Amino acid sequence: MGQSIWQSMEKKGYSRRDFLQFCAAAATAAGLGQTGVAQVVSAFEKKEKPAVIWMHFQECTCCSESFIRASHPIVVDALLDVMDLNYTETLMAASGFQAEKSLSDTIANNKGKYIVLVEGAVPTKDGGVYCMIGGKTAESILQTVAADAAAVIAWGSCASNGCVQAAKPNPTGATPIHKLVNKPVINVPGCPPIADVMMAVVTHLLVLGKMPALDSQGRPKEFYGRRVHDTCYRRPNYDAGLFVESFDDENARKGYCLYKMGCRGPVTYNACSVVKWNEGTSYPIQSGHGCIGCSEEGFWDNGPFYQHLASFPGFGIESTADSVGTVVGATTLAGVAAHAVVTNIRKHKVIAEVHADDQEEL
Amino acid sequence: MTRVVVDPVTRIEGHLRIEAVIENGVITDAFSAGTMIRGLEKILIGRDPRDAWAITERVCGVCTTVHALASVRAVEDALGVEVPPTAELIRNIMMATLYVQDHVVHFYHLHALDWVDIVNALKADPKKAAELASSYSKWDKNTASYFSAVQDKIKAFAASGLGIFANGYWGHSAYKLPPEVNLIAVAHYLDALEWQKDIVKIHAVFGGKNPHPNYLVGGVPCSIDVNEVAAINTERLGLVSRLISQADEFVNEVYIPDLLTVASFYKDWAKWGGGLSNYLSYGEYPTKGYSQVESFKYARGAVLNRDLSTVHPVNPRDSQEIKEYIAHSWYSYEGGDSAGIHPWSGETKISYTGPKPPFETLEGYEKYSFLKTPRWKDNAMEVGPLARLIVSYAAGHNDVKELVGQTLGKLGVPLGALFSTLGRTAARGLDAALAMIWLKDFFAQLMERVKINEVSTFNNERWDPKTWPADAEGVGLAEAPRGALAHWIKIHNGKIDNYQLVVPTTWNGSPRDARQQRSSFEQSLIGTPVANIEQPVEILRTIHSFDPCLACAVHLYDPQGRHLHKVSFE
Repeated sequence: MGQSIWQSMEKKGYSRRDFLQFCAAAATAAGLGQTGVAQVVSAFEKKEKPAVIWMHFQECTCCSESFIRASHPIVVDALLDVMDLNYTETLMAASGFQAEKSLSDTIANNKGKYIVLVEGAVPTKDGGVYCMIGGKTAESILQTVAADAAAVIAWGSCASNGCVQAAKPNPTGATPIHKLVNKPVINVPGCPPIADVMMAVVTHLLVLGKMPALDSQGRPKEFYGRRVHDTCYRRPNYDAGLFVESFDDENARKGYCLYKMGCRGPVTYNACSVVKWNEGTSYPIQSGHGCIGCSEEGFWDNGPFYQHLASFPGFGIESTADSVGTVVGATTLAGVAAHAVVTNIRKHKVIAEVHADDQEEL
Repeated sequence: MTRVVVDPVTRIEGHLRIEAVIENGVITDAFSAGTMIRGLEKILIGRDPRDAWAITERVCGVCTTVHALASVRAVEDALGVEVPPTAELIRNIMMATLYVQDHVVHFYHLHALDWVDIVNALKADPKKAAELASSYSKWDKNTASYFSAVQDKIKAFAASGLGIFANGYWGHSAYKLPPEVNLIAVAHYLDALEWQKDIVKIHAVFGGKNPHPNYLVGGVPCSIDVNEVAAINTERLGLVSRLISQADEFVNEVYIPDLLTVASFYKDWAKWGGGLSNYLSYGEYPTKGYSQVESFKYARGAVLNRDLSTVHPVNPRDSQEIKEYIAHSWYSYEGGDSAGIHPWSGETKISYTGPKPPFETLEGYEKYSFLKTPRWKDNAMEVGPLARLIVSYAAGHNDVKELVGQTLGKLGVPLGALFSTLGRTAARGLDAALAMIWLKDFFAQLMERVKINEVSTFNNERWDPKTWPADAEGVGLAEAPRGALAHWIKIHNGKIDNYQLVVPTTWNGSPRDARQQRSSFEQSLIGTPVANIEQPVEILRTIHSFDPCLACAVHLYDPQGRHLHKVSFE
């Protein structure tokens, strides 16, 4: 505490060369590229390690699991050197009241300076009894923790838009974080979000000390600005009208487009086809399954997953694809049309908001 | 008499609360409470059964894939779908990969800190640590300079407040390892954190991503074609082969040697934590189709009263065998709360009757958990790696018997030592070692099939809902890393009519049943000495030995309602 990230790394026996390599990785992770390395070096030399609190509510821990799969900066460095991750129920040594002490100490010692990462939705029905920690409701804990936070990041679809527990009929009143806390929230949706995207968002906050540019749904636009469909390597097959007709048919082996198998790539904004998963190993479409749209609000109710999309905005070619497709349910059609309106409007709003956000220092 | 409350229990998945009654330094009663619910069983109703794997996979992101597998098996069982042998091999490869990854992460990142004192590692002599590690492992990183560098890291880390290691029970008299072993374990904690990123790439190759790779009713979604750039081809298979070799080295040169070394200092823990005497396993790794149970690598069956001479057959379809009780759970049943119901007729009506939060204790409340209480023929059963090994051992599976025998010999303890906290933790290591052997075997078989071009990965006969009967019911069983997992489905007119999951931690962590029989967590804590009630590391050792899949915390509390520790967020 009280020392910069560089001082802390130096104490651990890292050389200046290690440190610069680490900065280059962090600059890449934050989307700053080579030109941003100097900015990162300077920030890490001066910046104190921020205190970080990671809360778990209604979730499955897939976000935590994804986070520890990140490639840059390497996980151990992130956990030990770049931030003081003082509270995370998944990994912390302490349990019970000692765990709660770590939480209350972090808040008390870092008022207005700590970062809160939230994994999970918060159930609000019936007085919040559907998620309780230490005898307190998730909602009351969230309010306490968020009150003095410098920034709040909502990890994954649970915290960003409610995810699976908020699917109809949402039995527990699962609610996303931005609807409960009275301050700006960075939404990083996905089930889970891609590890490298998570690390990049954190790095952006730490390096630049300000919020990344967000779209109207509160998502960092650098990772959620483009549709999976538009960046998919199978896109040329779609444009040429070459489709998989059944899983593992000849066309599937050739890597044709999965649109007819229900792929949600055309209505999903995420970086899967660019960043890919597990250090660039693959992503769902590359391994033969359509995108299920896991970073989009309400995606669980936009199924069934294997029924292909009725139509989507953007290009003329889809009418061709539709005419050779199977019959599509009316509900799906309505859902997609509504979505199309939202995404189109958003595209225009994004640009104005980005500039506004860029000026906002934490 | 003191009532100790641990909430949140950390280093687990989910929200778990333990309240234990301690008399004269020994636990005499215990209550295990799950304090979070999402209502997924209700959300599944009315949906396309082919989507259920994706929804249920989100039950857990730590043991990701297991619910997807149980779900596709349940739907395939209902519709009479056989998956192609190549798809079965890929599913086995993914499952064995999960066993290895999940058990290593559990040992180092969720369980080790109950046995390993990080701060004490600062006192170690790195040179001696290197000599010791090299005496039982060929892992080439085990050098003095490496251990010295790790020690420097911890030193600086300790100086800046310890982060995630803050407020641990460091220095507690229950920690018995010499400084050098503590240092070796901490170094490998860090190595395992890096290593786990690699092994799960096997899931990404076949399922597109991890956590939450993709599954498919009727097979697996990926296609194999060694002549196509877009399919599972030689480059992809080569990657999987390398990842398997790397995992093999980590398991056999790091995890297992560390486990045995740590265990050798804690042999007294073979006396405590035994808990129930009944073990249930659904069996896993089909080799000739999911319906051919006798072909499974792990046997299906039940062992009662630790009597290894008899393996009782288990039938998940029989309405009299597996039943769920809610006598002490926050639900209500139409036919009364003391009834037991088979999952095919299961009801999920949530009815919270606990204290209004914020609360200090669940003492005095008849119902105290969101977990239902499953029973097999009205017996409370332990599930997990230990149960799997016991059932397969009793069933005479040779590879299991050999490995168990060898390991007990190395540790110099009798078979009975397995029925304990230490035995449960050791069993998990053996479970990983077996999974590693089988993973190599499944991959070799996959390569054989690729050679002869028998690569079909999907059976589309029942893909179209028009081919389904109006009504169908199925059950999908799996041995998740944490134990027996089952999904029961009823399908009506192409939609899910009812869906019930009975998961491993429900077996182990549930509250009492209608006859007041305790489940595993509660039973296994009884009789355990607790040296310092303010630092109940003994409770964590036993609870973590089950690898719970919930999330929780612990407070200390006495029966007069006086808080030993007032916790506040301000």
